[in-house]
Amino acid sequence: MIARLWPIFTRDLALLLRGAQGRGGAVLPLLFFLAVAMLFPFAVGPDARLLGRTGAGVIWVAALLAAILPLDRLVEPDLEAGFFDQWALRGIAEEALLLVRIIAHWISFGVPLLLAAPLSAGLLSLDAGQLRVVELGLLLGTPGLAAIGVTIAALTAGLRAGAALGGLLAIPLAVPLLIFGAGSLQPGGEGGLLLLAATSLAALAIAPFAGGAAIRAGRE
Amino acid sequence: MQACHLAARDIACRRGDRVLFKGLSFSVQGGEALHLAGPNGIGKSSLIRILAGLLRPFAGTVEREGALALSDERLALDGHQPLDAALAFWRRIDGSGDEGADFGLEDLLDVPVRYLSTGQRKRAALARVAASQAAIWLLDEPLNGLDTQWAAVAQERIAAHLAGGGAVVIASHQPLALAGVRQLALRDYVA
Repeated sequence: MIARLWPIFTRDLALLLRGAQGRGGAVLPLLFFLAVAMLFPFAVGPDARLLGRTGAGVIWVAALLAAILPLDRLVEPDLEAGFFDQWALRGIAEEALLLVRIIAHWISFGVPLLLAAPLSAGLLSLDAGQLRVVELGLLLGTPGLAAIGVTIAALTAGLRAGAALGGLLAIPLAVPLLIFGAGSLQPGGEGGLLLLAATSLAALAIAPFAGGAAIRAGRE
Repeated sequence: MQACHLAARDIACRRGDRVLFKGLSFSVQGGEALHLAGPNGIGKSSLIRILAGLLRPFAGTVEREGALALSDERLALDGHQPLDAALAFWRRIDGSGDEGADFGLEDLLDVPVRYLSTGQRKRAALARVAASQAAIWLLDEPLNGLDTQWAAVAQERIAAHLAGGGAVVIASHQPLALAGVRQLALRDYVA
């Protein structure tokens, strides 16, 4: 099974990182993430104290919005091209395929955000302590965001206006991650990180099954 | 090739509110070919998807022994990849050898899949099926878009697969020039 999933994983990763056939790669969400962090000081002014107090929350909102950008290319193109049918024919479970895709999606979207967060923190005047909590929070929270993203992508694949609908559906599901992630930055909010990890794990555990059921139901 | 067997028992298919056909039964062994015939919209493609296990029949059961390969209107090859790499992806999953693609694709191996013509894409799909080493081939309109020469070659390849002990189910509105092919007219089972 692993031997058959490995080529699928490397293909998923190459497609999500580099992009192809009208699927932008990992760069677009990353630039979007940085653009939000860059715009915020322009909007509220360069007051370092205000930025320091609100900046970490902005990073979380930016991460959430960046997670929505690639939704329409996570599942839809492969469903449309018949890849999922061919995998099903070979007895490869949709759950395994989606778990592989969540991992590939996290590498192509979560890891770049982790690398870009120090830059955002600089733009938003966060201190080193805050940056540490933000990085830790993103490390724990982005797998959950990736899981939610792939589930929503599987649910909306094949629908008209699936991309716009996907964004609307993903936001409420991601609210707990946002609350615990941004909340962990309040004084004495370190417990938020544990709740963040728990929420992320729950999303990861449910996502492959929910998404797999959605793909099978979509065949009828 | 190991023994293969595909049997449909009392299959009915419903799409939307309409029952397309019902009471359809057949059995195909290794070395046998079945031609599902009938006009557009009678349910040939739906029956192929039912046999492939991708669609649940409204009634009846499908029994199968042996691996499946499917060629339908969806290519399942990455458009931006050269044909060689796109086919190699499936060879890696199927664990099949690195035999070169046939169906006259040798000169097209470095061409990105999205630049292939309709007939060339059909040949690429057939090459993917042939390389899968599956015993049972399900072919939905395998001759669509092929010119006379390649249609003949494709049917020779199907005949070779049958001679090797494989089984083939072909949905096609065109007549087939395959020796010993059994025809199943879906019109006889319209609900």
